[in-house]
Amino acid sequence: MARLSDLKLAYQMFMKAYSYRRVDWLPGARLSKPLREARVALVTSAAYFKPDQPPFDASIRGGDSSYRVLALDTALSSLGIAHRSDAFDARGIASDKNLALPLDRLKSLVEQGVIGSAAPRHFSFMGSISAPGRLIGTTAPEVARMLVEDGVDAVLLTPV
Amino acid sequence: MCHQSVGLIQSIIEKAGIPTTSITLCREITEQVAPPRALFVDLPFGYPLGAPNDAALQTRIILAALALLAETVPPAIIRDFGALP
Repeated sequence: MARLSDLKLAYQMFMKAYSYRRVDWLPGARLSKPLREARVALVTSAAYFKPDQPPFDASIRGGDSSYRVLALDTALSSLGIAHRSDAFDARGIASDKNLALPLDRLKSLVEQGVIGSAAPRHFSFMGSISAPGRLIGTTAPEVARMLVEDGVDAVLLTPV
Repeated sequence: MCHQSVGLIQSIIEKAGIPTTSITLCREITEQVAPPRALFVDLPFGYPLGAPNDAALQTRIILAALALLAETVPPAIIRDFGALP
């Protein structure tokens, strides 16, 4: 079980005192077709980046709110991990990137006919963002627009 | 912080009209950020889809998360994946 009490004391104190942000999502969206016909995209906060992309910048105060576009044909084994957080064990995602961005699983589910199709673009953020103003105001809305452009019907998001 | 970031991104995508579902490893944070749909997986931070190189477990968790898309929101929901091997 992941609990705040698992974290180092300094993180616990920070996170207990921290006032978490919310964003209004009402009224909520509905899946307009069966999953076997739906186009699915993945979003992770695991800070994956491609060799031809700049890594995330851990030196930015409040966190790096940028994102990396990962095309469906991205070789997972080629991805780097730029996470600034030492609050989690990164050995799992280092050994298998599907653990946080399951592109191979998604492709298999499409082949099996369980999911209609995989989106052409998937997205990676670096999740350690304590000052999420730019994430909320700029970068997450940009990603949402690209998902709409790509005709995505449903999104699965995975934190680390 | 990852859980807040994911919950915020999720809420913004949902607001743009695409239904969303997510994994959470930490109920305490996800309850506060309150994105539309989340599947609670009882594992440490860093292991959202169970275990590395375990395609069967990863797929079960993905399908359980996608199954939440059939549930009506609001209110925000957090469901348990249940016992892990």
